[in-house]
Amino acid sequence: MIWVDQVIQGTLLGGYYALIACGLSLMFGVMRIINLAHGDFAVLGAFAVWLLVARTGISPFFALAVAIPLMALLGAALQRWVFERSLRAGALVPLLATFGLAIVTENLLFEGFGADTRSLAPEIGDLAFDSWTVTDRIYVGHLAVLVFVVAVVLLVGLQAFLKWTALGRAIRATAEDPDTAELVGVNSRFVYAVAAAIAVATTAIAGTFLAMRATFDPYSGPTQLIFAFEAVVIGGVGSLWRTLIGGIILGIAQSVGAQIGPRGFLLTGHIVFLVVLAVRLLLSGADLGAIVRRARTGPRRSRSL
Amino acid sequence: MSLLAVEQLDARHGLLKAVRNVDLSVAEGEIVALVGANGAGKTTLLRTIAGAHRPESGRITFDGADIARLRAYERVKLGIALVPEGRRLFAGLTVEDNWRVAGDTRRTGPWDVEALLALFPMLKGRLKTPAGLLSGGEQQATAIGRALMTNPRLLLLDEISLGLAPLAIDNLYRSLTKLFSSGTALILVEQNLNRALGVATRVYCMLEGRIVLECDAGLASRQQITEAYFGLRRDSGREMRP
Repeated sequence: MIWVDQVIQGTLLGGYYALIACGLSLMFGVMRIINLAHGDFAVLGAFAVWLLVARTGISPFFALAVAIPLMALLGAALQRWVFERSLRAGALVPLLATFGLAIVTENLLFEGFGADTRSLAPEIGDLAFDSWTVTDRIYVGHLAVLVFVVAVVLLVGLQAFLKWTALGRAIRATAEDPDTAELVGVNSRFVYAVAAAIAVATTAIAGTFLAMRATFDPYSGPTQLIFAFEAVVIGGVGSLWRTLIGGIILGIAQSVGAQIGPRGFLLTGHIVFLVVLAVRLLLSGADLGAIVRRARTGPRRSRSL
Repeated sequence: MSLLAVEQLDARHGLLKAVRNVDLSVAEGEIVALVGANGAGKTTLLRTIAGAHRPESGRITFDGADIARLRAYERVKLGIALVPEGRRLFAGLTVEDNWRVAGDTRRTGPWDVEALLALFPMLKGRLKTPAGLLSGGEQQATAIGRALMTNPRLLLLDEISLGLAPLAIDNLYRSLTKLFSSGTALILVEQNLNRALGVATRVYCMLEGRIVLECDAGLASRQQITEAYFGLRRDSGREMRP
């Protein structure tokens, strides 16, 4: 019974991981950028919500509704002035640029808010600790279920947006080949800005839920980045469904690991991540030398006379 | 007045000057063939007209307006579409999505999914197939269809028979008869001289980045074009010596 409980709790936790991973997955899938500041953006979003709540006393959910468009604007602006420029300089520069953004974000937050650990749990009343009783041994928290439902709705919604709308089609086409997308009438720069806006906006949601279910401080970002990255790799890039599956697998691995031993929580998650990564590389018959060479020479650009 | 006018166009790839001082014009509804050996600069010229390649200098006017500064997607909205060499389909998208991305430009005209299926009956039943899984002939038809979905006034076709089996080429050209008589202006880059001359009303021949011959397709003798193609007589046609 205890294992069933861990699988249930792990699945719900996986919803949070899917939530934080979907923006990372989208940005990598469309722009081929691995955003190392992704976790820090989530923490930035959490601080934005916390500040609004502290100053105005509104509900964190209203504050989140304010923070989402602000973070979307930040994403579009970063795409326009940072990512787009760095992408022109090869594959390594965007990675360095986002690494720099991560450091800047962390230290600006530290400068502005200090090293105090904060949480939004006191602001959401009973939601922070209420739970449903499934059996006399298994309880599921209201907040954990809410996070899971939001994650599923967001991922399903984004997937439907990509599949069925004109802008979604333009995003998929641009992700495959931006030059050719322009040749069929797609403004690729606008499409990239939209994708970055969506990706960064989702971090506000993930960050707010992080702040509700746990604590955060200016340096909480990198840990969230690692979880997001692991969820993306476990699920595999290509569709947001996979990201949801990846998040759930990571969550279950951590919960089951925690049951095995007190240090198993993080360790089991990392082990599952590494095993999946190794299997993926072996199955794809990847030539590691070629991967390194590609990283050095930048993305393939086919041009002919 | 011509629909497209290219004047004194220069374009380069790094140090290589691929297009040198090219003048070219296409009238409304006219079909123009552009021939020349590999590396003569045909693809670069088409890509520069479509906006995928930045010219170094020169003027490109479309319907009387200077478009040299416009980006490719803006030129699509004015009515220029390119079927790129090697097709360049969105391989993971279905045939229908490949077309609808282009159709989302919302230019009005005769071409929509139904009209394209009538033009390319081989693609019936393939609409939901990812473009990457199609045969070469089907892929080329999809690529031409994608360009037509933008309802262009000027269509640039770059080596549409490249890499296709002879039978597939026959099929493709048979399908395209309707397009050739539809009144859409065309620039056709084609290795096969007979095919090009069979369709076009005017021929340009490029050699080492320059236009070395321009004449009516009916008047051009194979001899004349072959000489221009291989650069056997540099003083033929309108070759301009520096």
